[in-house]
Amino acid sequence: MIARMGVSLTTGRSEPDALGRIEPGGGSPPVVISAAGLVKSFGQTEALRGIDFSLARGEIVAVMGPSGSGKSTLLHCMAGILAPDAGTVTFEGRQIERLSEGERTRLRRTAFGFVFQFGQLVPELSALENVALPLLLNNVKRSIAEAAAAVWFPRLGLEGMERRRPADMSGGQAQRVAVARALVTEPAVVFADEPTGSLDTIAGEQVMELLTAAAAEQNTSVLLVTHEARVAAYAQREIVVRDGRVSGAAR
Amino acid sequence: MSVQHALLGLLEQQPHHGYDLKQLFDKYFAPDRPLAYAQVYSTLGRLEQRGQVRLEAVERAEGPDRRRFAITDDGRSELERWLFEPLLPEPHLQAALYAKVVLAILSGRPVEPLVDAERHAHLERMRELTAIRRDGSLQIALLADYCLFHLEADLRWLDVTAARVEELRRQILRVSQKR
Repeated sequence: MIARMGVSLTTGRSEPDALGRIEPGGGSPPVVISAAGLVKSFGQTEALRGIDFSLARGEIVAVMGPSGSGKSTLLHCMAGILAPDAGTVTFEGRQIERLSEGERTRLRRTAFGFVFQFGQLVPELSALENVALPLLLNNVKRSIAEAAAAVWFPRLGLEGMERRRPADMSGGQAQRVAVARALVTEPAVVFADEPTGSLDTIAGEQVMELLTAAAAEQNTSVLLVTHEARVAAYAQREIVVRDGRVSGAAR
Repeated sequence: MSVQHALLGLLEQQPHHGYDLKQLFDKYFAPDRPLAYAQVYSTLGRLEQRGQVRLEAVERAEGPDRRRFAITDDGRSELERWLFEPLLPEPHLQAALYAKVVLAILSGRPVEPLVDAERHAHLERMRELTAIRRDGSLQIALLADYCLFHLEADLRWLDVTAARVEELRRQILRVSQKR
């Protein structure tokens, strides 16, 4: 039964998808962010030992690898949260490490979104205010920001829960709010570090469905750090980081 | 589990009699399910017909003649092809995957490329299944889930194996020296 299913229901994943995207390479969408020769150490520990990687516009890439392999460090360097010891990160033609701290902060607020494993919602704010927060930080008027945030709630499956505090929501509900908050500014790139790490299987699936579908609609690229294959399967391709390097041929 | 490729891998180390091959096979690959002598000889016969092994010597001892086999260049390239070509990602591959890892270690080849190739093939299949479950009915989704969970289990096993490959290498090479 299962074996037959695989034969009869095979999808043509090498075909261009709805947005006309194929494999990265010639004639494919432009690179939105890339890393070249990234090196980063913490004391004696070399977390990254020369990483080259690029993410195309609208592409969803999973970063896999064992614990301590450097996956999260790669994400932090690409997002401009950590400065690499050597190498460069280029976002839309600009080298992130050459920007001033103020410009980097602005970039993180306007062009990037973030989803982490836990504890990212502001506990004192309601779910709606949490989603509106990035817009408020970008000086959008409160009424407009909250209206834009409210649009997300039916899609999150959280209609009627706009005024709840994070503490009164389940882990899965809170994480869906966090996904909306990451995407509400329609960023170029969302950085997601183990976004389902603290959730059960079904709640994790809902988060991944939401993140990947909404990102695809906005043509937002996603860099998804995960050690779970089922989560990585939502991405279009994967890279494996091992001992601070990208393993194999895939970049 | 591919007996023929396991035998090719053992013969790549050095020529062997059928008797030795059976002992080695049982030790490395199937301590719980020993291989029948008849299967060793029939497999060797098939490999010989295909030109992947050749009869190197017939030794006359007490009892029946002992035929010693050696791997050929064709056998070596077939082994190489099988080792690095990912298995079709279907659940319950552990015996075949394990055999590949052991053979890569025994032959001094790197294990990471075959682990990476297999991971990639598994994830390709899991992406297909994820798309299927997204677009299908709940029944289809649950059936796809069954495959996804099993493929994920295989991948976790591969990750654990990859993480412990140096330890495994030391143990296997110790066993092979003790012989």
